[in-house]
Amino acid sequence: MELDPLILSRIQFAFIVCFHAIFPVFTIGLASTIAGFETLHFKTGNPIWQKLSKFWIQVFAVVFGIGVVSGIVMSFQFGTNWSNFSYATANFLGPVLSYEVITAFFLEAAFLGVLLFGRDKVPQGVHLFAAIMVASGTFISSFWILSANSLMQTPEGLELINGMYYVTSWSDALFTPSFGYRFLHMALASFLTAAFVVAGVSAWFVIQKRELEANKKALSVALWFLLVLAPTQVIVGDFHGLNTLEHQPTKVAAMEGNWEKSTGVPLLLFAIPDQEAQTNHFEVKIPKLASYVLTHDWDGEVPGLKDVPEEERPNVFIVFWSFRIMVGLGLLMVIFAIWGLVLRPKGRIYKSTTFLNGLRLMSISPFIAVLAGWVVTEAGRAPWLIYGQMTHAQGLTPSLTGGMALFTLIGYIVVYTLVFSSGIYYLLKVFRGGLEKANAPHEMDEIERPSRPFSAAHVAIDGDA
Amino acid sequence: MEQQFDLTVIWAGIIGFGLMMYVLMDGFDLGQGILFPFAPDEKARDTMMNSIAPVWDGNETWLVLGGAGLLAAFPLVYSIFLPALYIGVFLLLSGLIFRGVAFEFRFKAKTSKYLWSWSFSVGSIVAAFAQGAVVGAYIQGFETEGFVYSGGALDWLTPFTVITGLGLVAGYSLLGSTWLIMKTEGALQDWAYKITPRLLAGLLTVFTIVCIYTPFIDANVKTRWFDNISVIWILPALTLYCSYIVLRSVKKRQDGMPFVASMGIFLFSYLGLLVSKWPYIVPPNFTIYDAASAYNSQLFLLLGFLFVIPIILTYTTWTYWVFRGKVKQGGYH
Ligand code: HDD
Ligand code: HEM
Ligand code: HEM
Repeated sequence: MELDPLILSRIQFAFIVCFHAIFPVFTIGLASTIAGFETLHFKTGNPIWQKLSKFWIQVFAVVFGIGVVSGIVMSFQFGTNWSNFSYATANFLGPVLSYEVITAFFLEAAFLGVLLFGRDKVPQGVHLFAAIMVASGTFISSFWILSANSLMQTPEGLELINGMYYVTSWSDALFTPSFGYRFLHMALASFLTAAFVVAGVSAWFVIQKRELEANKKALSVALWFLLVLAPTQVIVGDFHGLNTLEHQPTKVAAMEGNWEKSTGVPLLLFAIPDQEAQTNHFEVKIPKLASYVLTHDWDGEVPGLKDVPEEERPNVFIVFWSFRIMVGLGLLMVIFAIWGLVLRPKGRIYKSTTFLNGLRLMSISPFIAVLAGWVVTEAGRAPWLIYGQMTHAQGLTPSLTGGMALFTLIGYIVVYTLVFSSGIYYLLKVFRGGLEKANAPHEMDEIERPSRPFSAAHVAIDGDA
Repeated sequence: MEQQFDLTVIWAGIIGFGLMMYVLMDGFDLGQGILFPFAPDEKARDTMMNSIAPVWDGNETWLVLGGAGLLAAFPLVYSIFLPALYIGVFLLLSGLIFRGVAFEFRFKAKTSKYLWSWSFSVGSIVAAFAQGAVVGAYIQGFETEGFVYSGGALDWLTPFTVITGLGLVAGYSLLGSTWLIMKTEGALQDWAYKITPRLLAGLLTVFTIVCIYTPFIDANVKTRWFDNISVIWILPALTLYCSYIVLRSVKKRQDGMPFVASMGIFLFSYLGLLVSKWPYIVPPNFTIYDAASAYNSQLFLLLGFLFVIPIILTYTTWTYWVFRGKVKQGGYH
């Protein structure tokens, strides 16, 4: 069997980028959460907010560290595996990625140290400022990288001359038609992630009756946020879908599992799409609903997969099901947010163990939804790397052989598994240590050097927590 | 684009500057990892790590900037070097990952501490070697067809690049040991004084091999050095002078001078290399002008750089200022 460098590179890229994405999506939301706690502390002087902030800063330090190392790998993936693509888009992608480094990464690096270790060394206001700058840095980073991604989805402002793209309008290229929706959807996803993790972890502490006062406050605030964020995300997602319908109709057809362009299309709740036979099996559907959702008209027309030749269709099964996972979890989030509102009177949110345990489980839901969302977006773009213009095969590094790609794929899997299982293990220990450990006056043993991300956490990686 | 202001040369300067920054700054901290297994004792290892803990990851951000900057200013370099060095890049990144995480975990570990020490050390050595091999591969040149790399997966790994790889390992450990001379005292400093001349000897051996070898494989280099302007001979002369200073200051037991002079060695030999190859950026076929990106893209990014880089440099200087002085056994506090 021939090893196909194209398939292997796609698997490798998907693995590495999905791995990376887990961490930023959490840090973006968490940075703002911490800035929020610090602001509350600054305004009210209530030490509870500082307690919470100290604990979550420890979590942040670990997640941020892993995000950075995995990100360094990302920035070389384009060149190693997709060199034709990099070369062709360099006039746009190069400046955008460089701007990300100089405006976001250096900013984060600059203020991270003060945020993590400067609490006692700088005035409180400066510390708060550092928290806000780190939070801003994460958004600036998302701005550039999502702009790069959106250009690949809905290219605009470029001209192709002799195999290389030239930017004809920077504002068109940076703000392509899908950019605004993607940025908003992703920002909300990050806030949802932070809110659900804070809610889940606080719920766990509440069940264990640890630091009740502070953890109840955190839980309560997180639930108020969820009440706003979860429904907003559904609405923004709907608009995002309408935008996709306009610019990438085939992707929408795959999301809906719709083969024939037609009117009055039903919404499929369940189906097994069959790429070969170009049809679905075991459909469970609600009549006309897909037409209504997408066109706001019960008899609206929905594009079909058969509108384009077979080789221009994405993998329908993957897109169809990832989309359902994301939307399903999105709706579940709304249910939990409302449930929290219903339980709120008389403080039942702190008493109902079913609800609290449910929240614990829900803390992983945003991560799954985010990955599912990215798979819809990226796998749904296939076979295009730049929608309608350059395919995966055209973007691949010409000199890459299957053997080389397999070697690095296995290599990255081994390295990531080794190094990052330590990270997760460590994170779980920080959780177990809880607010108590984070706020304990720690004995500075002589080798301690508290000026690096992980070093902000005062928990030993091995031995007892 | 001839009539416009020549941004390509400016960009070559910026990228060259960025790479030099990276080499000097990450060099001395990679050097700690290389010297790690040979350090006198566990206390010394803790101090070595402490001495670079506050600054190392800011140092590595320059590498990310180098990658992104190349893509922006000289896309051809990015899209030929990375495929050609595919396996080497993987090794480099794995090395940096292991090293970076070890940094964070070693301070926390109790029973597994020795594992993180190894991971720090092996990661640093692999990363330094891979970078040295990249330099060697650049001197050798790349096989290309049109605008794409057409050689094999391991073309970059030849006896010559192994030598340059080992050379950089020696060079980084020289920066590392002179850094220790500057930042520490007592037994550890004595040890650093002792090993510095040996590391220097190793580095100079590699330089000699490179200087003899290069003119033979590259006719351009030969003409440059033997027919043209003789002013450039000042660069190797300065390199040798700096080496002499290193030796003399070690003998006199000066604190800061060995480190400064070692940086001088790097600076002048780096300039020497650039002079040999100029204006070729992807030897043997492409010059900086062939590799450049569009004028409009270069300009777009340059505006940002002019504004932001000074701020970054200010911050970097400030960090070093905060952590100035000798590292005591227990860190800086
Ligand atoms: C700047 C551009 C960019 C950005 C911000 C992202 N991606 Fe992407 N993605 C690509 C650029 C790209 C690509 C270069 O276009 C890939 C590489 C190879 C490919 O198949 O398309 C791709 C493929 C790709 C695939 C494989 C799809 C397939 O092979 O059919 C997945 C699952 C993801 N990405 C997921 C993600 C996730 C989870 C991201 C969150 C950080 C993400 N992408 C951000
Ligand atoms: C696929 C393209 C991507 C590339 C090439 C990439 C590259 C990088 C790099 C090199 C770093 C480390 C920077 C450092 O040294 O400090 C990093 C970190 C980061 N990335 Fe990505 N990234 C990608 C996708 C994303 C996406 C989609 C997001 C968010 C929407 C994102 C957000 C961040 C953030 C916030 C950080 C800071 C570190 C952290 O929070 O963990 N990145 N990225
Ligand atoms: C329940 C309602 C939701 C709807 C209708 C919805 C809709 C969509 C659509 C249509 C896309 C693909 C856009 C494209 O490729 O052009 C998308 C992508 C995505 N979704 Fe959702 N979504 C919902 C909920 C969620 C939730 C709850 C999360 C995470 C917490 C999430 C995270 C993402 C992410 C990360 C992407 C990829 C980035 C992007 O293209 O914006 N979505 N969503």
